Amino acid sequence: MKTITTGIDMGSKNVKVVILKDGKVLARGITLSGFDQKEAAKKVFNEVLKKASLSLDDIDQIVATGAGKEVAPYANSDISMVGADAIGGSFLFPSARTIIDVGAEEGRAARCDEKGKMIDFVINEKCAAGAGTFVEAMARALEVTLEEMGPLSLKAERAVPMNAQCTIFAESEVVTLIHEKTSKADISRAIHDAIADRITSMTRRLGIQRDVVLAGGVAKNIGFVNSLEKALEVKLLIPKEPEFVGALGAALAPLR
Amino acid sequence: MPKKVYKTKLLDQWNEAKELRSNYYRNYVKAHEIGGIRWAGGAWSFSAIPSGLGDDVYSLTGEPYGATVTYNKDFAAKCHEAIEAKGYARDLCAYMRNYWGSIILDKYVLGGEWPKPDFIWTTHICCSHAKWYQIASELEGGVPFFCIDVSVGPYHELNERRLNYVVSQMMDGIEWLEKVTGRKYDDEKLIQAVYNECRATSLWAEICTLNKAVPAPLDEKTMYSLYVINTLMKHRKECVDFYKKLRDEVEDRVASQIGAIGNEKFRVMTDTQPPWAFLELWRYLEKYGVVSIGSLYTFGLMGIFEVKEDGTWGPRATPQESGVEIETREQALRILAEWTLSRPEWQHFYSPELKSDMMMRIVKEWKVDGVMLHFNRGCEGLTMGIAENKLALKKAGIPVMHFEGNMGDEREFDLERTKAEIEAFLEILGAK
Repeated sequence: MKTITTGIDMGSKNVKVVILKDGKVLARGITLSGFDQKEAAKKVFNEVLKKASLSLDDIDQIVATGAGKEVAPYANSDISMVGADAIGGSFLFPSARTIIDVGAEEGRAARCDEKGKMIDFVINEKCAAGAGTFVEAMARALEVTLEEMGPLSLKAERAVPMNAQCTIFAESEVVTLIHEKTSKADISRAIHDAIADRITSMTRRLGIQRDVVLAGGVAKNIGFVNSLEKALEVKLLIPKEPEFVGALGAALAPLR
Repeated sequence: MPKKVYKTKLLDQWNEAKELRSNYYRNYVKAHEIGGIRWAGGAWSFSAIPSGLGDDVYSLTGEPYGATVTYNKDFAAKCHEAIEAKGYARDLCAYMRNYWGSIILDKYVLGGEWPKPDFIWTTHICCSHAKWYQIASELEGGVPFFCIDVSVGPYHELNERRLNYVVSQMMDGIEWLEKVTGRKYDDEKLIQAVYNECRATSLWAEICTLNKAVPAPLDEKTMYSLYVINTLMKHRKECVDFYKKLRDEVEDRVASQIGAIGNEKFRVMTDTQPPWAFLELWRYLEKYGVVSIGSLYTFGLMGIFEVKEDGTWGPRATPQESGVEIETREQALRILAEWTLSRPEWQHFYSPELKSDMMMRIVKEWKVDGVMLHFNRGCEGLTMGIAENKLALKKAGIPVMHFEGNMGDEREFDLERTKAEIEAFLEILGAK
C-alpha cells in the first residue's frame, strides 16, 4: 500500500504545501499568507491536491509546521520548524549536518546526525533584522526591486561595514551611505554582509559542521548566499526550491 | 499526550502555603496597628537578626514582592512606566523596578497605600541589592538603611578572616538596630531565630532531595509556591512547622508513588527565576509527559545542602542536629553567617564553573533528561555566566536549550516563540 503524506508550512509570509507519495514529491504549491492565513492555506492546499489528482481522503497524514501551524487546515499533527528543516534538508542532502533556514521573519539553524535526526538548534531573537523582511526593507530604501538586490551586490567594489542588529538603525545607515554617494552595489553588499554576519554568529552557537544546507526563501538571493559563504567559510548546499524544505520535512516526518 | 501511569493528588499543604503567604503580606501592613515594627530588605537578608527586637517585628522582602507584582500585569506595567518616567533604565533588575514603581505610585500590590518600612535591613551580593535599597530609602524620604556586604568569596574558600568580616558587620548591625528603633535587643530571640532559619532552609533541601524519586512527587511550578515561604520568613517558627508538615507529606507521596503529574515520562530542570507572568509554560510541558523537577534556583535559592557520605547532595545537618548549642550573640551570628555563606545560589557569583558543577550534579542525581535555561534579562545576578553553563552542559553531553525572557517584565517575553523553541527541544528529547 502506498503512503501519501502532506506537509503544510504556514510561514509568516508564504504558505507552502508539498504532497509526497512514498517519499516522492507528487505536487507542491505556494501562496502569500495574507491577512487570512487559514483561507490562503486551504486554497493552496486544494490547488495542490488537484494538481496531484487526489482528494483529501487519499491523504494518510497531514503535518503542519511554521509560525502559523496552529491554524493549519486539515492537519492531524505538527512538527517544529527546525525539526522539519532538519528532516527536509538531510533528505535532500544526506551529507548535511547543519541546516540553516532564513525565511521572511526569522533565521534558524538545526544540527542533525547522520540519520537526519535533529540534535540541537538555534533560533534568532525576537527581531526580523536577520531575515528576509530586512532585505525587503533595505531594497525599498535603495529603490531597487528585491530581485535586483542579489545580482547588484555581486558588483560591489568594496566592503562597507553596517549594523544589522536593527532594521530601523540599518535603514538610517543606508540613507547616510546614499548621501555619502556610496554606490548601490556597495550598499547592497553591505546589507547582505550584515545579515550574513548575524546568521553566522547565530549558527556558530551550534557549532558549524559540514555539510551545510541553506534553506528558506532568502537562499534564492545570490548576494546573500555569496556573503554567507564568505562569513561561514563553507560552500553551501542549496536546494533547487529552498523555500519548500520545511514543508517537505513536515511531509516526510510520518515516514520516519 | 502520554497515558497516566502514576497516581496524583493535590498537596494537603497547598492551602496552608497560601495562607502563610497572605498572612505575611497582611501582617506587615498591620504591624503599626499593634505597635510593631516594619522592616524591608532582600529575601537573602539575615532576617533572623531583626527578630531580636521582639515578636512584633514584620518584614517585607523585595524579590517575592517584585514577583507578586508581575502576576498583576496591569499593575506591573504601571510600575515600569512610573520608574522609566523617573529616568531609570528598563534593563535594571525587574523586581527592583516593580518595587520602586510601587513606591512612586504609592500603591501596595495587594491593595492600599505603599506601606513604608521603619528601616531597611539587607545584604549585598548581586549587582543590584545595595543600590536597590539605597534608592528605595531615598524614594521613601530617607528610611534608615543598613546593608551587610557578604561578597567574601565561595564557601569552599571560606576562612576565619572572611567570616569575621561578615560577623563584625552583623554585630555593628545589631547596635544600629537598637539605635534606630530605640528597643533593647534580646539575644535569646536571636538564638531561636537562628535555629529556625537553619532548620527551615535544611528542611527545604530535604524536600527537594525527595524529588529525586520517580515519579517526582513535586513539579517545579508547585515548588515555586512552596519555596517562597523561606524567602518570606525563614527565621520564623511557623515556617519551620510548615516545612516539617510538607516534608512528611512529600515523604508519603514518594512512598505511595504519588506523582506531581500522572504521565511522567521525561524529566527536565530549568534555571533562574521563571517568567512569572507565563507559568503556563510549565503546564504546557506536562501535555507531553514532561515534568520539571526543579532547578538550582528552586533548590538552592533558599535550601542549604551538603555532600553526604555517599557523595550525593542532601540537606545540610543543622547546628542542633550536629549537637551544637548556641549560647551567645556572637556564636549565633557566626553560625548564621557560616550557614548562609554555604547557600548554593551564592556560589556562582564567583565562578560559572561552580554553578555548572552543581547543575550537572542535579542532572545526575535527579535523573534529568534535559535542561531548559532561562536567559533572564530581568536578573543580571542569576543570569551571569549562564551561557557558559550552557556550554559546559553541552560539553558533558546533556541536552540543553535556552529561551530569552524576563522574570518581571512581560514586555521582554514572547510566549509563542518560546513555545516553538520548547517544542523543538521536546522533539530532540523524544517527548514530542
